[in-house]
Amino acid sequence: MSFFNRKKKNCSEPNNGVEKPSPASEVETEKSGLLNRINPFSRKETPAAAGDNLECEDQADQRLTAEGEETPRPEAEYLGADQDATTSAAVEPKPRLNFLQRFKQGLSKTRENLAGKIQELVKNTRKLDDDFWEELEEILIQADVGMNTSVELVAKIRQSAKKQRINDANEVLALIQQEVTNLLQNAQTLNLGGAQPAIIMVVGVNGAGKTTSIAKLAYRFKQEGKSVILAAADTFRAAAIDQLQIWADRVGVELIKHQEGADPGAVVFDAINAARARQADILIIDTAGRLQNKTNLMKELSKVRKIIDREIGQEPQEVLLVLDATTGQNAISQARIFQEATGVTGIILTKLDGTAKGGIVLAIAQELDMPVKLIGIGETLDDLRDFDPGLFAQALFDTDHNNVQS
Amino acid sequence: MAFEGLSDRLQDIFKKLRGKGKISEEDVKVAMREIRLALLEADVNFKVVKDFVSRIRERAVGQEVLQSLTPGQQIVKIVHDEMTALMGGSETKLNLSSRNPTVLMAVGLQGAGKTTTVAKLGKTLVKQGRRPLLVACDIYRPAAIKQLQVLGEQTGIPVYSQGQTNPVDIAQSSLEYARSNNRDIVILDTAGRLHINEEMMDELKNIQNTVNPDEIMLVVDAMTGQDAVNVAENFNAQLHLTGVILTKLDGDTRGGAALSVKAVTGCPIKFVGMGEKLDALEIFHPDRMASRILGMGDVLSLVEKAQASIDRDKALEMERKIRQQEFTLEDFKEQMQQVKSMGPLDELLGMIPGMGKQLKNMQISVDEKDIAHIEAIISSMTPKERRNPDILNGSRKKRIARGSGTRVQDVNRLVKQFEESRKLMKQFSDMGKKAKKGGLPPFKLPF
Repeated sequence: MSFFNRKKKNCSEPNNGVEKPSPASEVETEKSGLLNRINPFSRKETPAAAGDNLECEDQADQRLTAEGEETPRPEAEYLGADQDATTSAAVEPKPRLNFLQRFKQGLSKTRENLAGKIQELVKNTRKLDDDFWEELEEILIQADVGMNTSVELVAKIRQSAKKQRINDANEVLALIQQEVTNLLQNAQTLNLGGAQPAIIMVVGVNGAGKTTSIAKLAYRFKQEGKSVILAAADTFRAAAIDQLQIWADRVGVELIKHQEGADPGAVVFDAINAARARQADILIIDTAGRLQNKTNLMKELSKVRKIIDREIGQEPQEVLLVLDATTGQNAISQARIFQEATGVTGIILTKLDGTAKGGIVLAIAQELDMPVKLIGIGETLDDLRDFDPGLFAQALFDTDHNNVQS
Repeated sequence: MAFEGLSDRLQDIFKKLRGKGKISEEDVKVAMREIRLALLEADVNFKVVKDFVSRIRERAVGQEVLQSLTPGQQIVKIVHDEMTALMGGSETKLNLSSRNPTVLMAVGLQGAGKTTTVAKLGKTLVKQGRRPLLVACDIYRPAAIKQLQVLGEQTGIPVYSQGQTNPVDIAQSSLEYARSNNRDIVILDTAGRLHINEEMMDELKNIQNTVNPDEIMLVVDAMTGQDAVNVAENFNAQLHLTGVILTKLDGDTRGGAALSVKAVTGCPIKFVGMGEKLDALEIFHPDRMASRILGMGDVLSLVEKAQASIDRDKALEMERKIRQQEFTLEDFKEQMQQVKSMGPLDELLGMIPGMGKQLKNMQISVDEKDIAHIEAIISSMTPKERRNPDILNGSRKKRIARGSGTRVQDVNRLVKQFEESRKLMKQFSDMGKKAKKGGLPPFKLPF
């Protein structure tokens, strides 16, 4: 029923809206005045580390030993700890110092929960018995890694531990890190090909962070000197268009929009034509959030995707699924159904700056062949990063974190 | 429907138990392990699962259960009881004080659904005869104020905003505004924030200290994983929550957050968001939810919905028609519209005991669009045709198909379906006559 209500005004038959795009589509240009007015209120970035004291009590103990770690450690020391891991190669040493620190800071919550627990376990383990493996499994489950993936992951680690005759819990850490990296191995960066305009369609459930991620993406491309156009195809949610407009103004890119309630297909049609006419490098399409079990809304999304295919005569360069890192096992269902409806090419994992552990990434990597491409680690425009599995695993299981090597 | 996956798993476990005449401790142990897995896969918090399972095991292994005639049933009942208790026992009402205005505050992470929920809550209160005022305290997210204003327009509830000034001031002056404009409830929509962001949490504490809300409700996305507990614990420790609102429960999430949040915070779940429409906010009934999760259906909610949206006189008239075989296509259409006004069909069907699972097994997806087509077809008929579908010949059918934007096959199918359901109704009413007990229930679903 929600289908009918969503198509409030332009309740046109599926194809009409596309054939006859409304001539009244507004093309907004840069408004630096608005940009200045709004910027003072943009939220200040608070490093995740600042909130450390507010952690729940049961985690406070294990952090006591880590008190001194809040200040970023020198790069050399950091890498040295992981020399035996295969992941070092993925990290370029010096030039990325700041990036790595920022990345780790953003991930600090994730790390302290997941890795903290694992390290606690390792510290208290004398022997690699069933209890140890079971507890390891439980820790992974608590990190949203999911039942199946946790069991399989632990089985793999256990096997290689046996093969390599590892009896020391400390050494298992390196194995875990390696397995996680392997699992995430198919990570890729954005692939925009040579197309002009390159089209990025952004999809996801309500409240995952699509609009904000799009703003960050646009900012990133702008920094790279590319011309970007945004399309406001979320015509359903109240003030979604205004929200994207404000971001477009802040970043300084054009937005193609229709009225609220308009046919998203028509917006996309106009946006593609506008992007062509202005010879833009990249067109990013915002779509309305929808729960994946709403069949009709998913059909609407497939339709938008088809319009893109038809208009550019090929598949869009990227269809990115925005996933909230706090999401539990439902993320797998999201990934699967959005994949079926729109042919998702990659994931943007958002809100990794909270206490969420992001373990679903492992579950998704295990169950579906869908690479994580970008991660959101904060609220400022430059807090969108390429996903690097080595770095991710390394930051998650930062081994010298709690002096466990002693 | 949320909880579906969890529900399936648990029902399978119980089926195994029910089939046994005698249950050994080993059987209980196996069942408990499976329940544990099912709950974990449903994102119920790890610690909560441990407690829950150990409580059930304790009760289930007791002598009277294992030696009773229906040990399987007994265990299902224990799980039902414990699950109800876990989710808060009975439903909890909003705490509306006599103070003028009553202040409600919604807090939560980014993207949980606060703004939408605030509007829905406002609408619920209007239905109860209150005069709420929505207050835009989210000064950070672009267009958040605009969003609330648009929602205010859609619901006809006034929205107080001061642009992007200090949220504490906005909250403070909204109270005066409410008093002078005769609004008796103020609902504060605050910005989404991370529970570990000290600066932002302090802002909430300042608002709390300034306006002293009667209710501080944490808005939680039902799809949240294990982290739900961290979030709820942190918000609760800093703000002393009075309640929780679960959103996006109309998704296919297994809804573990619902089971965890009450357990760790002690705060009752007061409402659940069940859809994108602004009246899709429902009171949370822990016992009914437990029934639904365990596949026992939720007839109470179904009856309530029916009572709220079906005209009793019309229903009686319909019953008479069905009994006297005067049921026409026109009545068919009317009945369909009444059922439709009760809510999404698959949700309704899920409330019928045993239905939720069957639907899924049979791979039936209830397509709302089909109903729209049926309505269009019936609307394209002449009154005479509606009363007597037998007169439909080829050319009439062609005309109807053209008029309703469907095909002749669709018209044929509808007529056939209608005839079948009329036959079915005749059987039912004959059965009723034999039983001589009041005949049919006051209304019948047309499927």
